[in-house]
Amino acid sequence: MTRRDVVITGIGLVSSLGEGPEAHWEALTKGAKPVVDAISFAPFPVHPLPALGLDAQIPKKGDQRQMEPWQRLGTYAAGLAIDHAGARGLVADMHLVVAAGGGERDIAVDEAMTAALTNATPEASGALLNEKLATELRPTLFLAQLSNLLAGNISIVHGVTGSSRTLMGEEEAAADAIRIAAARLAEGRGEIALVGGAFASQRWDMVLLYAPGGVLWQGDYAPVSARGAAGGLILGGMAAFLVLETAEHARARGATALARIGGIVSDAAHQRAGGGSAAAAKALWRGMAAPETGLGVIAGMTGVAEARVEEEAFLSWLGSVPVRRSASVLGHGVEASFPANVALAALALSRGGFYPAMDPADAGDGPVERILVTGFGQWRGEALALLEKAP
Amino acid sequence: MKDQMGRPLVAVTGIGLVSPLGWGLEKNWAALLAGTSGITRIRRFATDHLKTTMAGTVDLREEVAGADPVPAPVRVERMAAAAISEALVAAGMKEGAFDGPLMLGMPPVEMEWPQRVALARRAGRPGHAALSVASIGQHDLYEIFLYGGVGERLALRFGTKGAPIAITTACATGASAIQLGVEAIQRGEAQSAIALGTDGSVQPEAVIRFSLLSALTSRNEDPTKASRPFEKSRDGFVMSEGAAALILEDLEHARARGATVIGLVSGCGERADNFHRTRSNPDGSSIIGAMRNAIADAGVQPGDIGYVNAHGTSTPENDKMEALGMRAVFGEAPPPISSNKSMIGHTLSAAGAIEAAFSLLTLRDQILPPTINYVEPDPTLGLDVVPNEARRVSGLRHVLSNSFGFGGQNVCLVLSATP
Repeated sequence: MTRRDVVITGIGLVSSLGEGPEAHWEALTKGAKPVVDAISFAPFPVHPLPALGLDAQIPKKGDQRQMEPWQRLGTYAAGLAIDHAGARGLVADMHLVVAAGGGERDIAVDEAMTAALTNATPEASGALLNEKLATELRPTLFLAQLSNLLAGNISIVHGVTGSSRTLMGEEEAAADAIRIAAARLAEGRGEIALVGGAFASQRWDMVLLYAPGGVLWQGDYAPVSARGAAGGLILGGMAAFLVLETAEHARARGATALARIGGIVSDAAHQRAGGGSAAAAKALWRGMAAPETGLGVIAGMTGVAEARVEEEAFLSWLGSVPVRRSASVLGHGVEASFPANVALAALALSRGGFYPAMDPADAGDGPVERILVTGFGQWRGEALALLEKAP
Repeated sequence: MKDQMGRPLVAVTGIGLVSPLGWGLEKNWAALLAGTSGITRIRRFATDHLKTTMAGTVDLREEVAGADPVPAPVRVERMAAAAISEALVAAGMKEGAFDGPLMLGMPPVEMEWPQRVALARRAGRPGHAALSVASIGQHDLYEIFLYGGVGERLALRFGTKGAPIAITTACATGASAIQLGVEAIQRGEAQSAIALGTDGSVQPEAVIRFSLLSALTSRNEDPTKASRPFEKSRDGFVMSEGAAALILEDLEHARARGATVIGLVSGCGERADNFHRTRSNPDGSSIIGAMRNAIADAGVQPGDIGYVNAHGTSTPENDKMEALGMRAVFGEAPPPISSNKSMIGHTLSAAGAIEAAFSLLTLRDQILPPTINYVEPDPTLGLDVVPNEARRVSGLRHVLSNSFGFGGQNVCLVLSATP
């Protein structure tokens, strides 16, 4: 089978720092300070999202009403990516791969229901649950909750209909979403694809999902490298979608390639601690056989202790390359983090520069010719993406 | 051997299956050919105040013995593991060191009411802040409900290579998982893959949510008669559970090791819809596109398809749209089409894989499973639905299996007899 070059021609990026590649370049090159809300979800701090002008990307109020914040955020960022790529006319045959977490629950209904059930006898609980849920759940909430409906809404709102796949599995899902989308284009299954993920950080249901793992940082903000032996991640609101395109297709329509995808690889070391995860990442890096000149790293380090130890071991092994720990500024956006870091890498390469330190441990300086994006999942998964200057 | 596009042919060398009709492929197939319904009254939880009180359910051994129902991800994983184990045995492979990736079609999962209530009791308060703080350190909850959890545990147990891929495309999920596996082999990433669909979502909140969307039938009097695909009085689907796993293998690789080849996955086609969150575009364009794409991908003509394994959910809308698609793709004399869901209900994320598995057995045994409960034909559909009784055929080479999902995700597969 043929292997065709795949490039990034569009970025849709939203984070606590703002929206769009320009705003992120401006903010990050000026050494932006993290935006933190330490109160609303105390004891867990979050990086909140800015208010979005949703009407610009989701013009129908009816569509907005059918979604909750997570789907609106993702649909919005997907639209930004399509616009950035100048690809509105290409959506009918555009392939879509989304990395998704769970959609919104109705927090008020959940708390009232939990209170009622806590006080009910086991015998009465079943009937009580049925009665209250059947009357209190909004019918459309189910659709706002289904993971694959972010993709569904992107199809409906933006007309993306080439194909639609939704991968699940936290950080790893996002890396594999990009890997699979790029591989399909490279082998001739389509010319253009939209891939990415979104994470709404200001949601108690997400806090409740991650808190049991002991992975959430508590108290005041601290950069990733300063979270001590216990470690922890700070949930960061963000969405990142990328328009991927074969280099030939981009050239033919006069689209600007921001960066070339040099390779994307992933694995899952079942034994993470004690070097398992670092060894998996080293093997992935060796397998990429990439030139090491002019290399920079945007590390997806979440802050979770076990993963951080492994990732630091991998980064030291790489040698003296400039490393940027982006979660210290943006927080951790689970399914959105890897695409956001790939977007930041493509952005830097297209600008011919690199970012100043984002974390006190960040060392080394640009300029860079190629950027390695790492993705060590909070629990499982190792992924690497290599971005190169567009040809 | 390569296909018309120069890609390796993808064989199926092992299948495992669980459904409300039982644990095990051949047991299921025999029941299906006999026209047996697996739909029953829900016994797993109280059904007071529910509009729909029946479903297809798969209970675990400890539940049958009286234990509390397990959360959905546990059921999903256990059925998946059983299906994979069975498939590996059939393929003549040892468990624990599978030389290829895991493509896992599964539903979204989340913390359920029993866990919430337990946390609230521990916290002494029902708010999310209190529950979250009380939950810290309960790593089991974290690992059960993370989306990556089921795949991680299955990958570890079966020794699959690389990162496990979990996919959800609503009711097309099982077919999407197979498509991912087929693509990995065609791409040369692997010579074999485990592809499966699994779902175990019959719990109160899920039943209520589908009910609120008016998607479920509430024909509760006789559960076995509730699922009536293509029949005039059909009025919704029946929720169900199950899993099917397929061992996919480069045909040359399978032959070289002397494996028995059950059939081929010769074509995959997809098309997304942008019309509505729960309905197809009235012009049928995306489901027609998915069917045509699959047939073209297999390198055959519509006339080569001898039977269609329907999506056939028993909702008024789906079956009407599927009939429209059939006529658009095949003309005024479409091939016979039948719906396994008349007997096992709608197994949601598992359906695409379960129905692909039955399609392969249809080819193997040259017998079409029936659409049961077909009492009064819907005259507007004009389809041969293999009503009520299985039908022997001969010379059947290619079967189309349809999966159409909420959210507009449509995937069709062509399954073919071994060349």
